Amino acid sequence: MFGFALWSAVPLDRNVLGREGLRLGLDLSGGSYLVYQGDLSDVEPTNRDEIMEGVKGVVERRINALGITEPIVEIQKREGEYNIVIQLPGIADIDKAKEMVGLFTILEFREQDAAGNWTPAKGTVNNETLTLTSRYFKQNTDVAVNEYGKPLLVFEWDETGAQLSVQITTRLLNKQLAIFLGDEPLRGEDGNMIAPVVRAVIEDKGQIEGLSLADATELKDLLNAGRIDIPLGRWVNGEFEPSVPLYERTVDATLGADSIRKSITAAAVGIVLLLVFMLVYYRLPGLVACLSLAIYGVVLLAIFKLVPITLTLPGLAGFIVSLGMAVDANVLIFERTKEELRGGRSLGAAVEAGFSRAWTAIRDSNITTFIACIVLFWLGGTMGAFMVRGFALVLFVGVALSMFTAITVTRTFLRLIIGSQVVTNPAAYGVASLPTVRDTK
Amino acid sequence: MIDFVGRKRWFFLISWILVIIGIAALIISQIQLGTPLRLGTDFAGGTSMTLQFEPAVEQSQLREEMTRLGYGEATIQNAGDGNFIIHTREITSDEAEELAQELGAELNSQVEVADYYLASATVGAATARSAVIAVIVASIAMLFYIVWAFRRMPRPFRWGSCAVIALIHDVFITLGIFSLLGLLIGLEIDALFITGLLTVVGYSINNIVVVFDRIRENRAKGISSDFAITVNSSIVETLGRCLNTSLTTLFVILALFLFGGATIHYFVLVLLVGVIIGTYDSICVAGELLVVWERGEWRTLLPWAKTRA
Repeated sequence: MFGFALWSAVPLDRNVLGREGLRLGLDLSGGSYLVYQGDLSDVEPTNRDEIMEGVKGVVERRINALGITEPIVEIQKREGEYNIVIQLPGIADIDKAKEMVGLFTILEFREQDAAGNWTPAKGTVNNETLTLTSRYFKQNTDVAVNEYGKPLLVFEWDETGAQLSVQITTRLLNKQLAIFLGDEPLRGEDGNMIAPVVRAVIEDKGQIEGLSLADATELKDLLNAGRIDIPLGRWVNGEFEPSVPLYERTVDATLGADSIRKSITAAAVGIVLLLVFMLVYYRLPGLVACLSLAIYGVVLLAIFKLVPITLTLPGLAGFIVSLGMAVDANVLIFERTKEELRGGRSLGAAVEAGFSRAWTAIRDSNITTFIACIVLFWLGGTMGAFMVRGFALVLFVGVALSMFTAITVTRTFLRLIIGSQVVTNPAAYGVASLPTVRDTK
Repeated sequence: MIDFVGRKRWFFLISWILVIIGIAALIISQIQLGTPLRLGTDFAGGTSMTLQFEPAVEQSQLREEMTRLGYGEATIQNAGDGNFIIHTREITSDEAEELAQELGAELNSQVEVADYYLASATVGAATARSAVIAVIVASIAMLFYIVWAFRRMPRPFRWGSCAVIALIHDVFITLGIFSLLGLLIGLEIDALFITGLLTVVGYSINNIVVVFDRIRENRAKGISSDFAITVNSSIVETLGRCLNTSLTTLFVILALFLFGGATIHYFVLVLLVGVIIGTYDSICVAGELLVVWERGEWRTLLPWAKTRA
């Protein structure tokens, strides 16, 4: 029988689970969820897809350069707007990642004005005023070691960069040229800002001294990740604010662990209460329902793992709520069976009638839940509501599976028990013994 | 047999009281806050953060310190175990960290920003719009489904309408309770609230369908020529199922409410409130509405109006 197949499949599923690793959402594992918009106002609409794909690649490489494993970077296109969605796992240095993603240019060269403030070093190429930045580095930056064993960051200018560099270093001969990372000066191993005095005109190659080996290596990887073609930030009332995410959520990893622990406690308490109630109230069928629910739980977890479905905290709540609903299907069937028994049918006939009568109610009631889930899943597509999606998906899968297990697994178990004639006393089914039920002693 | 249908005027009275309290709360909130419900970061934008204090601090002290530090407009919700969810204007994660440390120093407590969350007002507005559309679409889809499921009955639209009226009743009471909580303890609604609300709507329909399904069956069997008796025995026959399902669901939800994490604390509260109201409604309101419509006894809907005995 079909139920047997499912039953025998369960130990396999348990092995799959044994290898651990349900995929956890950032609210459980800790981590960051960032959404940026791109400033695409200067980009032709036809090129936007391509540009955003490029940005995505650079963002991914920049995050990887920081040593963060498994970042998820996606482009979301909604109503002609592009969002870049970045998910970072919990163990990472999130502040740094955020800074690196938000930077349009990584390194910027600055000079001192009369008042002593550092202002971007500019030059003119093809009648355009440009700032000298790492955007004009070739992607072959490397780390070398000087004669004293100190690390050097060695870079090469591309064509535009070389022209700018010649203009600027000629102008700044014997003056300081500082290097900024975002709004902060780049600092060396000794904590002082790196602002070397220009000793010669620099044409095609340059080097930065004083960095620690770790910083130099990280910068090398970041610079070689390529340049982002458009600034990332957010639009507010038609104004573009660079580097500020449209949406940001950071959950501490300990809170995530705490949430998991609490949810497991809650689930355990809830499930035990539920099982005890089923056993006391429905007796033998209650036991069958418990077994059926156990199988339901295992199969559901197996689905989460195999699909895989990312489990979030609302998703966990959805799982627990769906358990409650799985019970409902069983309750409907048992109540019907009880009624049929009281009506004087034999056990076998009562069980069959219980199933067929309860089916319409189970179907009708669950379809309305499906409707709610589908609508919620759609709602979950808007950023602020991304947690909603986890709940809707889990509840949908859970309710679908609960219909299936109630109809197949519970029925198979009940048929087996009745077929084997082990328990024939109606009291075991929660019905006071009735004269009309044949005594099959 | 318990006579549910015979007591319908009492049930309607209870429902009216709850609905009117709810509507009053929504109106007061609209006047005081400018919105019928206190909107959280998901809908209003801004920054929200969960601060974990060890040892726990008093909410009133926290409120005082926040006001002193210039965050007087912030909403503070207590999520238990020294966790507070704070919703304030947009600040960066660095500023949030700084604020947390200042609060910790003033209140002599170790503090950690466990959950930092920033949403632009534009994102909030988009989410709020989607949420409203979601609720409307879901309600219409469910109404159509019920009309379809009861298409073989005479006047299927009547069944669908009664179910939807019962649902609107549930939704108003739930909204009212949360509006009231928003006024009293500063509880904010977020996208998860909408999720909870729709789940409750689904659950409540689930219950109503089971009762209606039985009425449909009993009517086909012709157990009584009196529709009120048919409805009442259907309610009584399904009572065991309704209470058992609700109880088992309440067990797990209550466990989540008491032991689950701070993030879903108020989401679970929506489910808790909704399941209780949904159960009440399927036993005491939905079927009774059908009887009222069938008999045209519209005046019983207004329990305070005099009717002929």
